[in-house]
Amino acid sequence: MSQAAATDPAATPVEAFAAMEQNGAALMPLRKAGLARFSESGYPSLNDEDWRFTNLKPLTELPFCPVTAPLGQAPGPEQLDSLTFGRLDADRLVFVDGHFNADLSQIADQPSGVTVSNLGRFEGELGSLSGGDDNPFVALNDAFFTDGALIQIGDGQRLAKPVQLLFVTTANAEGEAAHIRNWITAGANSHGTIIESHLSLGQAATVTNVVTETRVGDGANVEHIKFQDQSARAFHLASLHSELGRDARYAFHSIALGSRLSRNNLRMRLAGPGIECVLNGLTMTRGQQLADHHMIVDHAAPHCDSHEYFNGILDGQSRGVFHGRILVRPGAQKTDAKQTNKNLILSDDATANTKPQLEIYADDVKCTHGATIGEMDDDAIFYLRARGLDACTARRMLMHGFVGEIVERIRHDAVREELDALVWNRLETEHQLD
Amino acid sequence: MLQIKKLQAGIEDKRILKGIDLSVNAGEVHAIMGPNGSGKSTLASVLAGRDGYDVTGGEAIYNGSDLLDLAPEERAREGVFIAFQYPVEIPGVNSAYFLRSAVNAVRTHRGEAELDAMSFLKAVKEKMKELGLSEEFLKRPVNAGFSGGEKKRNEILQMAMLNPRLAVLDETDSGLDIDALRIVADGVNRLRGRDNAQVVITHYQRLLDYIVPDFVHVLHDGRIIKSGDKSLAIELEEKGYDWLAKEAA
Repeated sequence: MSQAAATDPAATPVEAFAAMEQNGAALMPLRKAGLARFSESGYPSLNDEDWRFTNLKPLTELPFCPVTAPLGQAPGPEQLDSLTFGRLDADRLVFVDGHFNADLSQIADQPSGVTVSNLGRFEGELGSLSGGDDNPFVALNDAFFTDGALIQIGDGQRLAKPVQLLFVTTANAEGEAAHIRNWITAGANSHGTIIESHLSLGQAATVTNVVTETRVGDGANVEHIKFQDQSARAFHLASLHSELGRDARYAFHSIALGSRLSRNNLRMRLAGPGIECVLNGLTMTRGQQLADHHMIVDHAAPHCDSHEYFNGILDGQSRGVFHGRILVRPGAQKTDAKQTNKNLILSDDATANTKPQLEIYADDVKCTHGATIGEMDDDAIFYLRARGLDACTARRMLMHGFVGEIVERIRHDAVREELDALVWNRLETEHQLD
Repeated sequence: MLQIKKLQAGIEDKRILKGIDLSVNAGEVHAIMGPNGSGKSTLASVLAGRDGYDVTGGEAIYNGSDLLDLAPEERAREGVFIAFQYPVEIPGVNSAYFLRSAVNAVRTHRGEAELDAMSFLKAVKEKMKELGLSEEFLKRPVNAGFSGGEKKRNEILQMAMLNPRLAVLDETDSGLDIDALRIVADGVNRLRGRDNAQVVITHYQRLLDYIVPDFVHVLHDGRIIKSGDKSLAIELEEKGYDWLAKEAA
């Protein structure tokens, strides 16, 4: 266990990379290419169109120290149980600062034909779905990723239990970064629910950089819930690359409550006809927080539906950023693409930036987008008051409705119920509702 | 129960109600008819307490106190119910949760015990059956994605559950087909009693085939220009509003 590389704050990416040399020869071409791309590009700046509203300066000023070996500190099982979704009836893979922790993980009997494990030195087709992306954080992840989840559901198989991926950070030093890599394959007509959570056990300005590649086969049905509730000083960067096959049903929920800065890149490729793809997100920010969702939904085949629903509640001096691009390629006729982004502003100093973008090269399609930024709907408040509810109760009810709209799309009952209680409690205790 | 005297109101600088006088006693059903722009919906909005309407003169005394001094929720708790012409869609707020909260806010004000979930469900399902509403309704967000007819029936359901003393129905018949109209009218008629009153605002006489009023008033240019019994409504159906407007001028 080499701790030196993990905690040497003077390292540049090239210097820090030495520690990756021992992590399996097969992955070296991917890693080296990633390092080269990152050395070339550096961090994105506000001049990059894709990062216009998301200032990374507080992140880039941190020392560069990827946690290339475990830090040797891990939470106890009781501590994990006390966390959000800690008591779900699920298989659990636990990663501490980007490193798999077998002792804390629990895999029950999944059917043969299902793999749920640490990614370890799996190479498979790693990079095949994220490779075309010029996001510097993907390049950085290619170079420095340590562990992550490997989930493979064979054709016609079904996860016996949902799989919970629990990523915790324990790092105490500024800039310590966990680079996490997940690979998920859902075979034809397979089923599965995946619950991914990112939580901090420390308060330092740590970095999480997670890249997930998901291949969803023909007729497969996958629900993936991502819950990010890291500390108010943390930085969270995530990039999801999903390729969906014919008649696939795919729902990805992004609940972003924590971190000083969080960015979720969602890249959906609808590769066969008959797909239903739902991207559903909720952000609740306050103080200096920034929560950014940046998505591209690529309709490459006809007769597909994609729906994006993103609601944000903004308080304090926080900022919410939404960028939703829908690309309908030639031949993707009968596309039905809907996108909504609603922002509820609770303070004079909060900001929402929303940028819908439709790019359509087919002529028989239905594409709609809508964005709202504002305070609560006065007509709705009046309607509730006219039924006997006082103004304060009416506002709470609407706020609950605003988050409820998103939460209720989660199909997994236990997750939906726990999340509903959690966001409501959070609203009551941390936001001024009156 | 309700005495409206010389009520004047408008939006910003526009005068819409120019002196309404209307007296409604318990046990009575009043119909207010009139052409578009006569001030019918403004009257309903002022009685509901909607923001943006300025009362510039007159008063509305409800059971001895000035209704216009009360906040919208206080009016509701005191037993005033307005069935809106355009019920608001409230995505994310569950219908059952909303309605139970409303019922309990009113019950608490009346000094009655709150309904628990079970008794509420039992009561509401009974009313829904009468109104031909599927139980699925309770699981859906308030009015969100409802058809026009469903929204109106939902208003009547809320009215039935809140059991108001004074109900004002603002063009509840608009956009309803004849079957829905009958269901809505039955709902209103079921509520009729010695202790409560209804004011039915409508553009068309046809609703009054089903909700038979004791009094009919014609509103024109912000004033009630003629009052009569139900035969006035039939006369209006035959002759339109123009002759009355001329007579008033």
